Amino acid sequence: MKAAVLVFPGSNCDRDLAVALRGAGADVEMVWHKETALPEGVDLVAVPGGFSWGDYLRCGAIAARAPVVPALRRHVERGGYALGVCNGFQVLIEAGLLPGALMRNAGIRFVCRTVALKVTTAHSRFTAGYRTGQSLSVPVAHHDGNYFADAETLRRLHAEDRVAFTYGEPVNGSVDDIAGILSANRRVLGMMPHPERAADPALGLTDGAALFRGLVEDAVPA
Amino acid sequence: MIEPKITDDLVEAHGLKPDEYRRILDILGRTPTFTELGIFSAMWNEHCSYKSSKKWLRTLPTQGARVICGPGENAGVVDIGDGQVVVFKMESHNHPSYIEPHQGAATGVGGILRDVFTMGARPIAAMNSLSFGRPEHPRTRSLVSGVVAGIGGYGNAFGVPTIGGEVRFHRAYDGNCLVNAFAAGIANADAVFYSAASGVRMPVVYLGAKTGRDGVGGATMASAEFDDSIEEKRPTVQVGDPFTEKRLLEACLELMASGAVISIQDMGAAGLTCSAVEMGDKGRLGIRLNLDRVPVRESQMTAYEMMLSESQERMLMVLRPEKEGAARAIFAKWDLDFAVVGETIAEDRFVIVHGGEVKADLPLAALSGTAPEYDRPHRPTPAPQPLDDVPAIDPIEGLKALIGSPNYASKHWVWEQYDHMVLADTVRAPGMGPGVVRVHGTSKLLAFTSDVTPRYVAADPVEGGRQAVAEAWRNLMAVGATPLAATDNLNFGNPEKPQVMGQLVGAIRGVGEACRALDMPIVSGNVSLYNETDGSAILPTPTIGAVGLLASADELIGAVPQAGDAVLVIGATAGHLGQSALLAEAFGREDGPPPPVDLDAELRAGHFLHGQRASIRAATDLSDGGLALAAFEMAQAGGIGVEIEVEDIPTLFGEDQGRYLVATADPEALLAAGRAEGVAVALVGRFGRSVVRFGSVEAPLEALSRLYLTAFEAAVADLAPRSGAA
Repeated sequence: MKAAVLVFPGSNCDRDLAVALRGAGADVEMVWHKETALPEGVDLVAVPGGFSWGDYLRCGAIAARAPVVPALRRHVERGGYALGVCNGFQVLIEAGLLPGALMRNAGIRFVCRTVALKVTTAHSRFTAGYRTGQSLSVPVAHHDGNYFADAETLRRLHAEDRVAFTYGEPVNGSVDDIAGILSANRRVLGMMPHPERAADPALGLTDGAALFRGLVEDAVPA
Repeated sequence: MIEPKITDDLVEAHGLKPDEYRRILDILGRTPTFTELGIFSAMWNEHCSYKSSKKWLRTLPTQGARVICGPGENAGVVDIGDGQVVVFKMESHNHPSYIEPHQGAATGVGGILRDVFTMGARPIAAMNSLSFGRPEHPRTRSLVSGVVAGIGGYGNAFGVPTIGGEVRFHRAYDGNCLVNAFAAGIANADAVFYSAASGVRMPVVYLGAKTGRDGVGGATMASAEFDDSIEEKRPTVQVGDPFTEKRLLEACLELMASGAVISIQDMGAAGLTCSAVEMGDKGRLGIRLNLDRVPVRESQMTAYEMMLSESQERMLMVLRPEKEGAARAIFAKWDLDFAVVGETIAEDRFVIVHGGEVKADLPLAALSGTAPEYDRPHRPTPAPQPLDDVPAIDPIEGLKALIGSPNYASKHWVWEQYDHMVLADTVRAPGMGPGVVRVHGTSKLLAFTSDVTPRYVAADPVEGGRQAVAEAWRNLMAVGATPLAATDNLNFGNPEKPQVMGQLVGAIRGVGEACRALDMPIVSGNVSLYNETDGSAILPTPTIGAVGLLASADELIGAVPQAGDAVLVIGATAGHLGQSALLAEAFGREDGPPPPVDLDAELRAGHFLHGQRASIRAATDLSDGGLALAAFEMAQAGGIGVEIEVEDIPTLFGEDQGRYLVATADPEALLAAGRAEGVAVALVGRFGRSVVRFGSVEAPLEALSRLYLTAFEAAVADLAPRSGAA
């Protein structure tokens, strides 16, 4: 499986994400935000955490207008896989590839800790390695992870089984405790928690590893 | 612009004493220009010249088998094997943080990160040692919230895990908070970059962000006491941009890898002035700068302002001329400024040209080489009076006094605002002794701690200095690390007062003795003086940041006990309560001598602990709060109770040094080894049940944990944080 990790000037989890993908067996290429095309034959585009453009304006808003984003959009429109973690989730929302908005945490402050996460649907390549309802321990680290969507969008997300993860404890004030959502074709996942920080036994957390394993082993080409 | 005339008042406003100004006249043989006066004041202030402390800093041990570069460069460099080095330093940003907590603390973090990556090292860990005034002081809540948000806002965006530190509160910091920022990075031993320029007519290149008027005179501000006019000093505080710093990091590392860099120096205190003089002086060269080429973000800036600006996220480099094209391309890629602003010259001159006019023409070597150095009068701190009687107290109430105080309660409210996991190599998060990170791509781990007990230093500077080093060493040993080296951040009051100078001299002596005995040399550091407001000084606070190495995770000693484990104390307990946390928190008293530090006993206990590693499940050092606090913290971390079979206050709360608390499933092995090796080992209790019991008194763990986990926020968190976007 071939993955491209996008690198914006303020990305800082790009290496972490590449390490986790490679650990699961993916062939990973880093792609600079000024590129206008993705490498040939990419199955997955991963948008990493960090502060893509310093989180100036709204988080992810400037990155969503980077030269590489039209290529990401074409990849998604063709049915390719995309994963956005933390700031990557913010970028996917700002690019209109996932619905809703991520607002400042309800508690106002930045929050970095390992939280309880619930797998809300195992019905996607990202979550196929889990059981629906399974509890995970995965770190969060964000200032703007308070997910919000209008009533109609929420109704659709739930009706279409597109909420991938919910928080098992109060974290940031997200509506319906939403921590991650899928696109309508279930091939784009955006999530605030960092599975790449929970994919190495040496760090004491391993619950994120199944996400990368499932993705790499089971991905079908676009 | 016509520069102002030099008058006595102007000289004084630049923080220069009359005799210092006479020295300038002697060096120049004429009256300096306004720009030249600014340059002298920037180079000769306490912050940049160490004029009061230099004589004593020279007495510190700075060499060791693993030391590659000691003090004098941007940061210390220490060998960690496999052709790799760890580069680290701690530096204060006290004065700016009190004036403008968010930006002051943020730029403190930014400055120390630049010190590390200007040497070619990628930052992998940060820590902060913070000292604030009383929780009830009207400024404290906003200072805590601002400083913590500033540290988090900068470090999180930059992408370095903040994995440890300290937070303390004491009335002596009411008028001067301390923000001591530590950073460490990793480089290849054959790719460390230094500041000495070499080669004549080599281009001097300005890198990074544009120059503005922020921070003009900052270093001079930081070399004076505060009074009620501090609000007026806000413009001397710089504004940080971590996004630019992150790009500067990546661009500089790419630039260094390209072979374009002859030497490089970050622009910190006194910006362009200090960095240019440093590079020229170390390379025995002169420097000519043309300020018309400096990228500026404000119009009509004068030479004086440009030379003294402390705008952040800037570097100065001497470039290999044949690599200019490749170097420019790297900075264009990262959308950062790259401008050739001058050249090295053979003559010993520092020449500043602006608008076609020479604004300064000074002997460069004399700017740093002849900076004043003082042997200030110093009066030793009188020996402390013996400890008065300590009233009786229920040990559970004593424990509650500690864990209900923001000094000893959990600091998770602080460190959860810091990204302590970015880079995905954090092995031990903050909150349980030293932070531990893996060296990326290897099995090696590095442990980091920062320690000082200012109460001890105030009561007895020499003993307190020794203790700060011993505790740092002990903390590293407790996680299984081999201590490598340390950085010292010496925070004191006004050195012109003999009693303050006496504290500084005493503390440095103690620090030096302990570093020698424990083979933990000082490889970098920083001195912050004039931490006084309206004549009242802070507690003497020589913060020690220390770094230890583990060959692999197999050497790591755990922090979490299991039910049924025995509780043992390694090292001798005498029950020393003088200057203890219990005395301060339960009785509001700070009397008696601090606990004596026996450096031989410290070594024996530490090496015994490492020798018995295989039979130890969890370990922590014993320090403030003694056995009672350590046993509670370990129990709390494991979510299980602890039962200690003694209830006398000196045994439970004494702060005797050279001791560890360990959890083990095999107490007999440790007791036997202690007898065989002549190291005191005592079985004091057991982990289990869901209570904390000291002899005949107990309390539910859950209630104590709730107090421990909420007391900090209740005491000092900003009650009504401002909302809205950053």
